Amino acid sequence: MSNPVLNIANLTKRFGGVTAVSDINLEVMPRETIAIIGPNGAGKTTFYNMVSGRMQPTEGRIMLDGKDITGLPPHKISRLGVSRSFQINNIFPEMTVQENVEVVLSAYHGHSRRLFNIASRNTAIQQEAVEFLTRLGIDSLKAQRAEVISYGDKRLLEIAMVLATQPKLVLLDEPTAGMTPDETRRTTRLIKKLADSGDYTFMITEHDMDVVFNLADRILVMHRGEKLFAGTPEEVKNHPEVRVAYLGEEDDEAVEEANL
Amino acid sequence: MKTKVLMAILALVIAGLIAVPWVASYFYIFIFTEILILGLFAASFNLIFGYTGMLSFGHAAFFGIGSYATALVLIHLEWPFLACLLVSMGAAAVLALVIGFLSVRLNEVYFAMLTLAFGMMVFAIAYQWRSVTNGSDGLAGFTLGSFGLGLDLTLANPSVYYHVVLGIVAIAAIVLYLICRSSFGMILKAIRQNPERVSFAGLNVRTYRLVAFVIAGTFAGLAGGLIAPFLRVASPELLHWSMSAEPILMAILGGTGFFLGPFIGSAAFVLLETWITTYTESWMLVLGIILALMVIFFRKGLLGTAIDWWMEVKK
Repeated sequence: MSNPVLNIANLTKRFGGVTAVSDINLEVMPRETIAIIGPNGAGKTTFYNMVSGRMQPTEGRIMLDGKDITGLPPHKISRLGVSRSFQINNIFPEMTVQENVEVVLSAYHGHSRRLFNIASRNTAIQQEAVEFLTRLGIDSLKAQRAEVISYGDKRLLEIAMVLATQPKLVLLDEPTAGMTPDETRRTTRLIKKLADSGDYTFMITEHDMDVVFNLADRILVMHRGEKLFAGTPEEVKNHPEVRVAYLGEEDDEAVEEANL
Repeated sequence: MKTKVLMAILALVIAGLIAVPWVASYFYIFIFTEILILGLFAASFNLIFGYTGMLSFGHAAFFGIGSYATALVLIHLEWPFLACLLVSMGAAAVLALVIGFLSVRLNEVYFAMLTLAFGMMVFAIAYQWRSVTNGSDGLAGFTLGSFGLGLDLTLANPSVYYHVVLGIVAIAAIVLYLICRSSFGMILKAIRQNPERVSFAGLNVRTYRLVAFVIAGTFAGLAGGLIAPFLRVASPELLHWSMSAEPILMAILGGTGFFLGPFIGSAAFVLLETWITTYTESWMLVLGIILALMVIFFRKGLLGTAIDWWMEVKK
């Protein structure tokens, strides 16, 4: 039995009188893919922000590989092995696609401290950048300016940048949000392949239930900041409270009523 | 092909700059000396402005302390000129480390205001600490001795001083250019475009901003060390907040996106000032109109617009 990559205990975040995340406990094992679902305002993004260091928890502990990372700044948490993507595209728009990954790689390898090398002739980093782009299937775009590629490709580029820090834990925040159905299928397939490769541990938030059930080994259902249920996709599908609270049964009924 | 033509133009410009003392009048030797020194000042500023995205309103503090340092060393110690310049750079670096340490934690307008405040404080100190700085009159009456390195140069000769400035500014520009092209420089550009992504890649953005700030301050100090013997005085005006505006205007005028932009901006600024003030007192009005037009229509500055035009025409 291996040790958990991530061990979260009693994690809580309050904004004034509002409790955005309340007493969450969670263990993530190596190489599993865990999905966090819940309606808007359930506290998923706040949860991510605490794990990645963007926000300080009010209470609770976050342990990464047995090391306490609670409240550390983002760059330290990234160094220790947590890498995340964002709901909105978060890239370097004026650089080429390849340079976007090179930035992350030079940070990771410590080349970023070199004042007098020539970045454009750093072939080791360049080859590695192309490898990551190839893994995401966007190596043909490497010379394009990042701001001109399609929305879906930008999201894939961001995943390439997330993977380039060789993370122990990858946090993807709604990786298929805003994508066309085609792009969603392509992205899901890619993440599935990366997860199956056994190199990564993923934590994913997602609104698209097809994507969630396709990718997740385990699902944490959040509702109003609290853990509603955690279990396998099968268990989640059959859980009555989850069906009502989240899987949209109420919404579907409302839609059906409206259509009458 | 296009890069070759551009390199050829650059080589011609450098050859022209070397030839200035033999072909131009004394008046223009002075003008070009000023262009080079202010160009270095503006290029050092552009490392933090154009590359890293930090708008500092206090860059004159480092220029000014560099000029005072060289003046003080010449008056009290009579060291060779090169040693004076090293003292100028060191003094500016220490000041930039202190001001930067307190400023880089803030972003955008707060960073701008804090650097402005520190710049005004340094000005006030130079203005009031009479026993050292001679107050509003500034430090004058120093003479340049030897150059250093055993070179026998008559620095008092404007042509010789011009060539010394050209050589030192060229070396400084090459060092700055290499920094811009390095992996470190790439991170600075990334910080301008998206600081949050850089910190999530595992880098402490504040440290990188501070290092860039200190490098920029150090080279501004070098420019200050060059200007004091040229003006024959180190005065509080060199530290005034309006002096901090000059590199901003020059960088925008020439183009912040290109390494040589600030030098072109400095040339345009100094030449226009020289020519326009012979016709009218209201040079600032003309400069204001030109800058407004540049910002509205030619956001990339003179050099950026010229290069864009060249790339279009020669397609």
